[in-house]
Amino acid sequence: MAETARDIDQTGEEVTAEASSKVVYLDNYSTTRTDPRVIEAMLPYFGEHYGNVHSRSHAYGWTAEKAVDQARERVSSLIGGQPSEIIFTSGGTESCNLAVKGVARMYAERGKHIITTAVEHRAVMDPIRSLERDGYEATYLDVDNSGRVNPDSLREAIRDDTILVSVIFGNNEIGTVQDVAAMGAICKEKGVLYHVDACVGLDTETIDVNEAGIDLLSMSSHKMYGPNGVGALFVRRRKPRVRLSALLDGGGQERGMRHGTLNVPGIVGMGKAAALCSELREAEKARVSGLRDKMQTAFEEGLEEVYINGNLKHRLPGCLNVSFNFVEGESLMMGMNSVAVSSGSACTSATLEPSHVMRALGVGEDLVHTSIRFSLGRFTTEEDVDHATSECLRSARKLRDMSPLWEMFKEGIDLSSIEWKHD
Amino acid sequence: MAYGDKVIDHFENPRNMGSLDKGSDSVGTGVVGAPECGDVMKLQIQVEDDKIVDAKFKTFGCGSAIASSSLATEWVKGMTLDEASSLKNTDIVEELSLPPVKIHCSVLAEEAIKSAIEDYQAKQEAE
Repeated sequence: MAETARDIDQTGEEVTAEASSKVVYLDNYSTTRTDPRVIEAMLPYFGEHYGNVHSRSHAYGWTAEKAVDQARERVSSLIGGQPSEIIFTSGGTESCNLAVKGVARMYAERGKHIITTAVEHRAVMDPIRSLERDGYEATYLDVDNSGRVNPDSLREAIRDDTILVSVIFGNNEIGTVQDVAAMGAICKEKGVLYHVDACVGLDTETIDVNEAGIDLLSMSSHKMYGPNGVGALFVRRRKPRVRLSALLDGGGQERGMRHGTLNVPGIVGMGKAAALCSELREAEKARVSGLRDKMQTAFEEGLEEVYINGNLKHRLPGCLNVSFNFVEGESLMMGMNSVAVSSGSACTSATLEPSHVMRALGVGEDLVHTSIRFSLGRFTTEEDVDHATSECLRSARKLRDMSPLWEMFKEGIDLSSIEWKHD
Repeated sequence: MAYGDKVIDHFENPRNMGSLDKGSDSVGTGVVGAPECGDVMKLQIQVEDDKIVDAKFKTFGCGSAIASSSLATEWVKGMTLDEASSLKNTDIVEELSLPPVKIHCSVLAEEAIKSAIEDYQAKQEAE
């Protein structure tokens, strides 16, 4: 099945040969390439099938409605829910905001306490911070040095006035996967609503919302080979029937939880992307983790002082977050400019603040600046991985020659004993 | 983030990368920055008759930090200590077209020069 994906990729390369560069793309947790099969499915809905789903009186509307119904079915079956439990949104950020703020505002009379983790994406963390400013209280569960939450800490944190628990499934920076089922069971037992941010990882991982006791689950199309600008939120309808306060007011679409005319081409694309993930995920999980392991082994064998960030057992197959000690991450990326990756280094962010996720792991501040995230995906080939590996090793060796810290380390100086001159 | 051409040039072809004998009386060494801040620069000067005859650097940091220190060594070579002390970080910013978020790299380079000169002068006074 993975072969099919690669065949399609090659076809796609021909089509886009003029525009594409020679850069190997290993940044799939930032965004994924839209699968050519998804684009094909979407095209008619930009053109001839331009009807509004809510036009109930004519064939244009009926065609659009049928297409959206199919997408709803495909997205729900990816996670084991019912089609009527899927709310389409503008993306993962909106889904997470709707889940967190929607529950908080709807159930405020029950309580104003929310529990989350220290390693959430900002799409969950920032709405919770905003609610805190509005008088809600939040508890942030700590993680171990691999980024995992101990479910027992959730049990201890739940109070009588807790209305929501929100947990990230697969972490976008380090790839650590949480035990969402264990935490779901605790939420069920305590009768607290449970939101899982599954924006990353559904292309290879299997989550069943019923088995894991999930009441709300956020999804992002562009992290699973669908188009940008569309996402979905699973909202449980039975046991319990979850209600949400909408973020926007308007025409009553999506059961009154998400007003606004539906983005039909985007939704069709997300539906097709979900269907492909259901079909390919098992084979892709094996293939991609094999490539990731090859890369990790090459780094560990090729250089000393290499540290893998995250959990080695519970992790997304495509993620390899690695610190090359004594080499700053941004310069490492600059030195391998034929490979597209991300860095945990503060220097890549506008704020110059290192990642809160890396900090939560307790990774030393010096190692935070040396981290690089490779994220492999459906269109990553073995040649891509080999190229990126050799480029990265070459760049890291060159920069170590240039690094005063590497020189001190080699001279046997204990870097932690030095009194650094700060500016 | 796109880099300026001069930053890329210094990054790919660093000038005067390496180390001088820090034990030598004619060598001044400046190490500034901190690993937890993501930038450490080591800049060394070799001085003869008040004139900088050689300079070397090693830098842990982003491309702009590497370029700033590379440029600094290029500039100070041939200067007197007074001339080198009067180099300003803004000269580096201008030469490399550094964006506002990278100005601290040039500040660090200026501090590294001053620190290397101080180290050299301290060695002379100790004699």
